[in-house]
Amino acid sequence: MLKILRYSFYDLMRGKWSYVYSLFYLLLGYTFLFLNNDLSKAIITFLNIIIVLTPLIGTIFGVMYYYNARDFTELLLAQPIRRTSIFLGQYLGVSLSLSLCLVLGLGIPFVIYGLFQSAEIFNFVSLLLTGTMLTFIFVALAYNIALSFEDKIKGFGFAILVWLFFAIIYDGLFLLSMVVFGDYPLDKFALGASIFNPIDLARILILLKLDISALLGYTGAIFQKFFGTNLGMLAAITILSAWVVLPVMRIIYKSNKQDF
Amino acid sequence: MIKIRKLQKKFGHLTVFDDVDLTIDRHGMFTILGPNGSGKTTLIKSILGMVIPDGGSIQMNDNNIAGGWSYRNEISYMPQVARFPQNLRVVELIDMIKNFRQGATNDAALISTFGLQPFLDKKMGNLSGGTAQKVNIVLTFMFDSPLIILDEPTTGLDPVALLQFKKLIVEEKNKGKTILISTHIMSFVEEMADGIVFLLDGNIYFEGTVEQIKDQTGQENLESAIASILQ
Repeated sequence: MLKILRYSFYDLMRGKWSYVYSLFYLLLGYTFLFLNNDLSKAIITFLNIIIVLTPLIGTIFGVMYYYNARDFTELLLAQPIRRTSIFLGQYLGVSLSLSLCLVLGLGIPFVIYGLFQSAEIFNFVSLLLTGTMLTFIFVALAYNIALSFEDKIKGFGFAILVWLFFAIIYDGLFLLSMVVFGDYPLDKFALGASIFNPIDLARILILLKLDISALLGYTGAIFQKFFGTNLGMLAAITILSAWVVLPVMRIIYKSNKQDF
Repeated sequence: MIKIRKLQKKFGHLTVFDDVDLTIDRHGMFTILGPNGSGKTTLIKSILGMVIPDGGSIQMNDNNIAGGWSYRNEISYMPQVARFPQNLRVVELIDMIKNFRQGATNDAALISTFGLQPFLDKKMGNLSGGTAQKVNIVLTFMFDSPLIILDEPTTGLDPVALLQFKKLIVEEKNKGKTILISTHIMSFVEEMADGIVFLLDGNIYFEGTVEQIKDQTGQENLESAIASILQ
């Protein structure tokens, strides 16, 4: 599996898209820090960007890599290698290279602007960790989708729809249900609703870490009330991990039953 | 060597195999023939574990292959269309496959046989179809596997390369290997094959030698023998 991971990782790191992706973060990081020389404010700004962007890029790259690597995959399937190793290796290769782009792209400008001398370092690291986790989650979801659809266009379309659902539609539906069912106690419902959306969960996790109650929003506030800050963070991390593990398990299950 | 029992496979409503039994336990070159869509590639991919059967069993050297992977050390497979990662250079691709398999390789000899030295540093995506197919041949034959499976291997080869390729197959055959080929080129089959497996409508319609199928259909050559079965 490590061999496959290495090949997929280098394959992606050599491709132009990972440069574009890193450069994008690099430029964005410089611009924000240049305009606003305050690390903690920049972290909050980036929170909102990362939470939407890493899932989008993870989804697109995951689907794209799966379909692009089909030839490579077929070549490997005829070799004495476990199927699980092939697909997990590729999945980890994609996730790790995207995560590295994120860490380097954002890390460099923040380090230059004096991250190590600042108290914000833990907040920044948790921001990067959350972005990494979202990357792992959405690449796993993308791989699941790509494995399920033979047709590239369908797979791509469905993957984008899933991202759109979690990033935008989910919140809309949630707000709508609050308006409609406003007369009922919705605490438990809101708590449940946040568990089923990794993007929301990631946002809550960072805001709990940053300790900014004003930005928590309804679900975040309930999350904090229910779990408290520390337990809430732990709960959010645990659930996010489940969001990685469950799709990965389905990748293993699905890939072992698929015809190529 | 390979024992297939009651193999069943459906793709949606399409039945590809309906209780196919096949045993190949001799050395030599065996061809899988059949009209388009008769399941030649599916049969090959089932043996490789790339297609997972709905029922029945495939045994290789008396071990069931279901869920296994190490048995593929004994198989060299050449896919139908030479599709490789486009941004890998030829030499990187060869090294990569070597990296994934154990055993000695004779890639240097094969590279010079097929005149691939000038292309070693080219990216796979920039090669012509025929050259890519030559790389495909090198990748397949560089390992010393007892079973060689070739899916339409002659596509895109120029006459010189085709001649080299035939020589290669004869050499491997003489080493006591089993070679399984699917092809549509009947002259190739008539010239080279020790046995024929003819797939039709999800079953093995005929199994035997070139002479037998000619006798059975009363035709002069293999091409018309096959045509008369299909009509």
